[in-house]
Amino acid sequence: MSLPLILFFVLAVMAVAGAVVLILAREPIHSALALVMVMVSLAILYLLLGAEFIAAVQIIVYAGAVMVLFVFVIMLLNAGTEDRTHISKIATWVGLPLGFFLLLEVAHIFWHGRMSAAMGSGAGAPFEPASTHDLSMALFQQYLFPFEATSILILIALLGALVLAKKDE
Amino acid sequence: MVPISYYLMLSAVLFGLGVVAFVFKRNIITIFMSIELMLNAVNLAFVAFARAHNQLDGLVFVFFVIVVAAAEAAVGLAIIITIAHNRRTLNVEQVNLLKF
Amino acid sequence: MEFAQEFINQHAILVVSLIKIAVLLFIVMTALAYLTWFERKVIARIQSRWGPYYVGAHGLLQPLADGLKFLFKEDFTPPMVDRLLYILAPFLALSLALTAIALIPFGPPTGPYSHLFGQPIFIIANSSIGLLVLFAITSLGVYGVALAGWSSNSKYALMGGLRSSAQMISYEVSLTISVVGVLLLAGTLNFNGIIESQAGYYLHFIPRWHVIPQVVGFMCYLTAAVAETNRIPFDLPEAETELVSGFHTEYSSFKFAMFFMAEYANMITVSSLATILFFGGWLSPFPDTWTWQNYLPGVGLVLLGVYLAFDTVANMHGIARLQLAVVTMLCLVGGAACLIPPVAAAIQGPFWFTTKVLLFLFFYVWMRGTLPRFRYDQLMAFGWKLLLPVSLANLVITAFVIILPLLMGHQ
Repeated sequence: MSLPLILFFVLAVMAVAGAVVLILAREPIHSALALVMVMVSLAILYLLLGAEFIAAVQIIVYAGAVMVLFVFVIMLLNAGTEDRTHISKIATWVGLPLGFFLLLEVAHIFWHGRMSAAMGSGAGAPFEPASTHDLSMALFQQYLFPFEATSILILIALLGALVLAKKDE
Repeated sequence: MVPISYYLMLSAVLFGLGVVAFVFKRNIITIFMSIELMLNAVNLAFVAFARAHNQLDGLVFVFFVIVVAAAEAAVGLAIIITIAHNRRTLNVEQVNLLKF
Repeated sequence: MEFAQEFINQHAILVVSLIKIAVLLFIVMTALAYLTWFERKVIARIQSRWGPYYVGAHGLLQPLADGLKFLFKEDFTPPMVDRLLYILAPFLALSLALTAIALIPFGPPTGPYSHLFGQPIFIIANSSIGLLVLFAITSLGVYGVALAGWSSNSKYALMGGLRSSAQMISYEVSLTISVVGVLLLAGTLNFNGIIESQAGYYLHFIPRWHVIPQVVGFMCYLTAAVAETNRIPFDLPEAETELVSGFHTEYSSFKFAMFFMAEYANMITVSSLATILFFGGWLSPFPDTWTWQNYLPGVGLVLLGVYLAFDTVANMHGIARLQLAVVTMLCLVGGAACLIPPVAAAIQGPFWFTTKVLLFLFFYVWMRGTLPRFRYDQLMAFGWKLLLPVSLANLVITAFVIILPLLMGHQ
């Protein structure tokens, strides 16, 4: 029961709890905050996996800008309480156990399948966090074209959002 | 050390919960948030694999997924605002003019 | 005793971190309280009046009185508020503001006096991406404001919350871009690395601080930082004459105190960041060969003690005289302690850092007392149409100037 393992379980429980609250909450703003909690716990999981730059980007961009945008839209549109959905009886009584068994099967594949043997449990390799320097070298040399294409994509999204959200004069 | 398969299990669980939220919720904004949840689950799988193979390409891909998700969220929310103004409701079951 | 020694040897990081957190938390909370005193005194002097004068000598017990007031006021929760978010928002704001202070280095990480049980004592979290983590924490700070405005079930609060959070996310872009010029010069995201890249002197006496090559970046950073922390001249969303009180209209007693403290803690954080990035952090402006600078803190405290002694004897009466006499004694004893050579060498880093941060805080308060506030549309237009292009231009020109010698060299 090493410290990383305990930390992983705590964060995993937080992430799954956030996702469950996203499904079960009646107010959209509570769902949005649950999603923020999921994102923050995922960011700490990225730190555990040694991707420190990605963890920071996840919080700055995803949890700190995209989700703020969601919260803004919920506030502007005054999205109130949702009605209770009519989930059919079949979905609850058959679907949930089936889902649980699917999960068990996926767990079995991950744990005993060929993928697990190929990558090992990660205990052998020396653990060094991926440095920002190496990541930026990869980003600006090998992946330069996708980087520039993504910046044009952001420009298009910006213009599109501006046009869509403008009031009709 | 935490085995990589634990991270993949968590990613699968989160993705499944995202699909459940996508299918069963009726508020447009909540459905959009479930898409973000699914993207996050996939990001976790990418980072886990990047650690497992000790390569940086997984992290670069996660970077691009986050950026594209941000752009998509901006445009998607603008569309949602337009729908809310035109149809005066946020319930997807009532945006049904093209339904057969 | 041996068990304690064994425990400390095995878990040195944990023990030293807990000690650092406890000490820093105490210092920061006291600093927050006395920052309010400082602000009220300085603004009063700018406005030709005295400021707090009666509660303790020179108003020094005013923060204590304010704290007690906040604790004993009626904590009224308006009806129909979203309970969870209403209580969560001030806690979120304050905890994020205080977490950011854990990343700030107060002194050098290497040196004869900067280790305790083998751990550096002048910084709690020496992260290799410290600057990014700080920006992450400030990004999350928007939630405190937005949720406070939404959950208060009040028109003023909602408008104030929306405007304030829109302002914060707009100026956050300019804030981060204006800092990238410094990163290009320093080459690392680690705070101690950035400070150490500012060592050395131009022409043997001008310190090589980043404010000199990055003047435009510094101006952009300062403007964006003032807007981030919702201070005058950018505080329309929480101004009392405009929107009652903005997003914290419906909060009373302790929760309001938490927002208040969060605002001052944010001020301290951005001032510390400004000194680290642009003014050399814990580096001294004088060359290291001038060893007399070690005695500056001690001499300064002793002079302050002498002035306070004169003040006690000449101007104070009654219990204020007793209180000021106590403060004078503390100043003189502290000054004498700082004159002992080991202590003087040890506190050099924190002394210069604190002095620079205090100068920035004085500048903040000075602006509050002097400038009028922007209208909201002027504010947003300024952020997007002027500040962002200037920050981007600064970044491009800095990058070009850095890469030019390499380009020339190849040709």
